[in-house]
Amino acid sequence: MLRAERLSLGFPGRRLLEGLSLEFCPGQVWAVLGRNGSGKSTLLHALAALRAPQAGTTLLEGVPLDTMPRRRVARHIGVLLQEETHEFWGSVRDFVLLGRYPHVRSPFGWHIDDEAVARAEIESLHLTGLADRAFATLSGGERQRARAAALFAQRPLVYLLDEPLQHLDLPHQVAVLERLAHEAREHGAVVVMVVHELLFASRYCDRFLLLYGDGRFAHGGAQEVLDASHLGELYGFALDVVEAGRDRLFLPRRA
Amino acid sequence: MPRAIGLVFLLFIAGASVLGSLAVGSVAISVADTWAALSGSLSGPASDIVWKLRLPRILAAFSCGGLLAMAGVLLQVLLRNPLADPYIFGVSGGAALGVLLAMLLGTGAMVQTGSGLAGAIAASALVFGLSFRTANWNPYRLLLTGVVVAAGLNAGLSLILVLAPQTAVKGMLFWLMGDLGYAEFPLPALLVLVTLLIVAMPLAQAMNVLALGRIKAQSLGVAVTGIEILLYGLAAVATVTAVLFGGTIGFVGLIVPHLMRMLGMSDHRWLLPSAVLAGGSFLTIADTIARSAWAPLQFPVGVLTALLGVPVLLLLLAGRGNAAR
Repeated sequence: MLRAERLSLGFPGRRLLEGLSLEFCPGQVWAVLGRNGSGKSTLLHALAALRAPQAGTTLLEGVPLDTMPRRRVARHIGVLLQEETHEFWGSVRDFVLLGRYPHVRSPFGWHIDDEAVARAEIESLHLTGLADRAFATLSGGERQRARAAALFAQRPLVYLLDEPLQHLDLPHQVAVLERLAHEAREHGAVVVMVVHELLFASRYCDRFLLLYGDGRFAHGGAQEVLDASHLGELYGFALDVVEAGRDRLFLPRRA
Repeated sequence: MPRAIGLVFLLFIAGASVLGSLAVGSVAISVADTWAALSGSLSGPASDIVWKLRLPRILAAFSCGGLLAMAGVLLQVLLRNPLADPYIFGVSGGAALGVLLAMLLGTGAMVQTGSGLAGAIAASALVFGLSFRTANWNPYRLLLTGVVVAAGLNAGLSLILVLAPQTAVKGMLFWLMGDLGYAEFPLPALLVLVTLLIVAMPLAQAMNVLALGRIKAQSLGVAVTGIEILLYGLAAVATVTAVLFGGTIGFVGLIVPHLMRMLGMSDHRWLLPSAVLAGGSFLTIADTIARSAWAPLQFPVGVLTALLGVPVLLLLLAGRGNAAR
């Protein structure tokens, strides 16, 4: 569905990623792993056409993203940024409704369907009691839930998420991950998320993209890349593997 | 729909402020007589005062107030800065320099207006050119460029005030403080106000999204750069028009949008029309007080808006501090 073709990313004088060609297929849940500054967010931005890559293209259903009107891109690709605004003057409901913007039919008002979708997503992230509160008065975790609700209200086919679990408490981390897995399994969505939580990555993701930050990358299923030697090299930190039930835990070795 | 009730209330306030101001002045005319003069069933000096003196000035006040409030709304979205006001891009300084230069040379009103327009366009084009030139545009560059250009223009204004003959200085100071006494043909300002509102309203949803930040707005399908240039252009036209009709009247563009947001009008589909109505009413009432409260002495309305605006703004800032805690 979403394809990167010979994608190269970096800044003048620094190569982060060199020649990534990869197809993100419907139903797959991808984890993007790497150290700070290794180009994970830069890659997400390039995949969403929010920044031009140094070389290469991103294609959606075979069409280069940079030739598509923004609104059409936004109907298919939803993005949760690592840092989004804290300052919003309206209510939580107003905020979540803005996720429907790519689908609005009239420039003046929301359709009744848009309001129904927003209401459903507000409920799914347990924000119903906060719906009329000013967004700016929410706690960090509640704000992150409102952002997730707005993203789900967008109803995209491709989810690009930059650290979606930040600020969330444990039940809501699980709720967001379950929902993303559900979107992939039941609606054939593509999910690509930057995560640092290896346990959740191994539980909820079936494909992994490792960015080394020097141009190199590796990708594959859990059997191919999710082991102590790959991850040890990726993070530059010695890891021990512990099998616990159906989970494989990676523990940082004590200094 | 409390927002609809709020808008109806503002419409009522706007109507009342215009009609009330028509009846107020150094010559007492009752509301009934004012209404009769407006509908044409009364003639004589009272009718002339209403039609030829008060109505043009009140329409000019309402239009300028509406234009300044709208420019404030547009710029606060564009710069994502709650303290942005219509004068940051050098429009007022440029227009003031043009007008004062024409006054210094002793030209007529037409030349002054033309010269002011030229100055305003030159200054806003300079700020626009300098801040939008690079691909990596950001609001801070626009803010800083505007502040720096305004500082340069202010130096020019001070120079003119020093060089000008004593007799001309008072008129110049009145113009600088914002004065609606010379607005004889307000219809163009009203037309500009209505046109800008019609152009801006379909962009209201995009403005709501833009308030989430540039990148987020792009990811939601807003063609950010195009909209930003359009917003800049609309705000510049609104400010230039207001400045040419009323001089540099401060605080309306800054406080009216904030007051409307505090009343729950943060959605731009509601904020734009309500800010225009509230800004228009506010300036109409302020100008009526300025011209009648100490009659025959006339105050520049800009002094009054500042006297009213400063405490409101300070209260607002104190309130913001409390909310943050």
